[in-house]
Amino acid sequence: MTTTVPAKPVTAVPAKHHRHPAVQRAQTRAAWILVTPFLVVFFAMFIVPLAYSAYLSTFTSQLVGGEVFSGIANYTRALNDPSFWEGLGRVALFLFIQVPIMLIAALFFALALDSARVRGGGTVRLLIFLPYAVPSVVAALMWGYLYGADFGLITQIFEGLGLSAPNLLNPSNVLGSTMNIVCWEFIGYNMIIMYAALRSVSADIYEAAEIDGAGQFRIAWSIKIPAIRQAIILTIIFSIIGSFQLFAEPNLLYNLAPNAIGNDFSPNLYAFNIAFKNQDVNYAAAIAFLLGLIIMIISYVVQTLINRKERSA
Amino acid sequence: MTLGALAVTAAMALAGCAPTGGGEAAPEGGATEPVTQEQIDEAMSADSKLTFWTWVPDIQKEVDLFEQTYPNIDVEVVNTTGGSQQYPKLRAAIKAGKGTPDVVQIEYQYISSFRQTENLLNLEPYGAGDMEGEFVDWVWNQVADDQGVWAIPQDSGPLGNLYRTDIWQAAGLTSAPETWDQFAEQAQAIRGTGAYISNMPGNDPGQMVGLFWQAGAKPFSYDGQETVSVNLDSEETQKVVSFWQELIQADLVSTDADFNDEWYQGLSRGKYASWQVAAWGPIFLQGTAANTSGLWQAAKIPQWQQGEDVSGNWGGSTSAVLNNSKNPIVAAEFAKFINTDREAALMLANEQFLFPTTTSILEDPEFTGLTSEFYGGQKVNEFFAGVSETVDPEFQWLPFMDYVYSSYNDTLGKAISDKGDMVGALAEWQTKVVDYAEQQGFTVE
Repeated sequence: MTTTVPAKPVTAVPAKHHRHPAVQRAQTRAAWILVTPFLVVFFAMFIVPLAYSAYLSTFTSQLVGGEVFSGIANYTRALNDPSFWEGLGRVALFLFIQVPIMLIAALFFALALDSARVRGGGTVRLLIFLPYAVPSVVAALMWGYLYGADFGLITQIFEGLGLSAPNLLNPSNVLGSTMNIVCWEFIGYNMIIMYAALRSVSADIYEAAEIDGAGQFRIAWSIKIPAIRQAIILTIIFSIIGSFQLFAEPNLLYNLAPNAIGNDFSPNLYAFNIAFKNQDVNYAAAIAFLLGLIIMIISYVVQTLINRKERSA
Repeated sequence: MTLGALAVTAAMALAGCAPTGGGEAAPEGGATEPVTQEQIDEAMSADSKLTFWTWVPDIQKEVDLFEQTYPNIDVEVVNTTGGSQQYPKLRAAIKAGKGTPDVVQIEYQYISSFRQTENLLNLEPYGAGDMEGEFVDWVWNQVADDQGVWAIPQDSGPLGNLYRTDIWQAAGLTSAPETWDQFAEQAQAIRGTGAYISNMPGNDPGQMVGLFWQAGAKPFSYDGQETVSVNLDSEETQKVVSFWQELIQADLVSTDADFNDEWYQGLSRGKYASWQVAAWGPIFLQGTAANTSGLWQAAKIPQWQQGEDVSGNWGGSTSAVLNNSKNPIVAAEFAKFINTDREAALMLANEQFLFPTTTSILEDPEFTGLTSEFYGGQKVNEFFAGVSETVDPEFQWLPFMDYVYSSYNDTLGKAISDKGDMVGALAEWQTKVVDYAEQQGFTVE
């Protein structure tokens, strides 16, 4: 770690092309035309709603008296709102437990499939990926059937073995049950990202390693994992963002365990309920913004840490 | 997962298209002088178009009857799938000032919410003022007050008690409980058979409030302006809650969340021996627990005092007209027609199984005369028609029941499902609702 690594050679800046100005103009125009559809949609569907939400979050609305400008009042309210912090704490816990399990499992499957030792690799890959394609309503029905405290499949298996079944939907277990669903859904998704990255590694390197006498595990550890480092970092960042934005799964489990999930299980669910049950769109906008800010900071910190480590490696 | 945040942002953008307060929306439209019969005739024969939001399945049949009677009027039915989906959509459309329906289904407990934001047309000048005698009195009190008539009742849910006669027999009991004391005694015997006498869900404030209603509690009131009173932690509500708390903590009543698959299974597999449910319950149960046909019977809801005969209400809807409707006369006539025209109302009762609110249908042999195999040949409609007469006539709601119900899940509901301190949670619920009311600018009395 302490050995000084020579700084990466600075890629020579290619000499400026002296193209004909008319050609350049035409190319610039073509580029803009090609990018325009994206920009229009991006602006209309992302920037405008975002700016509008920011605008909304600076008002306070009351059923009696209507809306008045209130500056940062909604933000200070959110910072003092125990429901917001509890939700944030819950998704942080979720992040530290669920994400490592999910990504390690995804990496394991990706490596296993890539080693070409699994028979029918294509089918297995599809099966692992399949949950990601299951509509959330179907998933909710399915997990409801599995988790049910009296007649659920898991309970029946436990009872069949003469054991007392845990209630997977009570307040102390429901976070774990949520983690399980998210793992089920997203292991396949992350696996595909990693697997695709593995496929792009040149086979020559493996051959060279084999000639040097490296076994499959050594190849995986010393060549494959470092080679797909960027893909793994990508899945980590996605998972961090996904964890903080946890919404669909608790929203689905709400029907099965309304009191264990409550209105404020995750910050996003809380914002949703504030907007639509409490009719307080302004406060919900403030919470959503605050959450976005926190996610940005954490993603930035994680990325910086990883990059720093990479540089010092 | 990431979609969630996007959905919230997008939906919020939809929900608040103009930051002008709902409370100070356009002044109430509509006529102040009674509309004359000539005006009505003229409007009903002219070409016009109405939009109707509802989640009643197959209501197109009743709408067809209307369109046959008034061929120049075209009614577009929009199925909004359910109240919890519809109200946010309706509020968003109202705020946006476009895309609002003319006629809309609204449950009784949400009428004051839309009155408070001044979006409902007062139907009194449109001939609804004279309709009082057509409806059961307590139902009429739900839609009308001294300031106006805010909707036309569609269906209601007087509370009764559906119980499994076979489980009762197995427990050595001969009849359904007449009082809550008997209910508690029988609970022991029923538990001996392995079943629970009943289930008290922690996610169904509607049922709990129905039980409060039956116990004579008056937890809410609203003056139609800016003053509310919240009385959720009263002698009567404490009586109800401590009663259930004892049964729950003694493991005589289960606390499963209702209206999900586990709970359906519980009904059909005999986990729950009875269900204290509204008049819409019998048909619902018939569909859910078809395998138990013939084993059920409908009885009166147990009483707090021996010899009394009081019920409460759980559920039911109305048809309201929004005051920005371009055709208020036609819209009002439509709301009246589908709910009170004999053929349409009978169809709602016998085909959509909406429990009727008009005295004429409640006495109509074509409704009351039906017997049900599922209930061992009992005339369930006739039975609940009798219950409807015993509902306590004075019950009001707050103009923000969404919050009252969602905070229930965090307080009393949570205590129920945790089998914890429910009476204490009642006080917590009260505090939350009062805080919210004050924060929303209401005067709390």
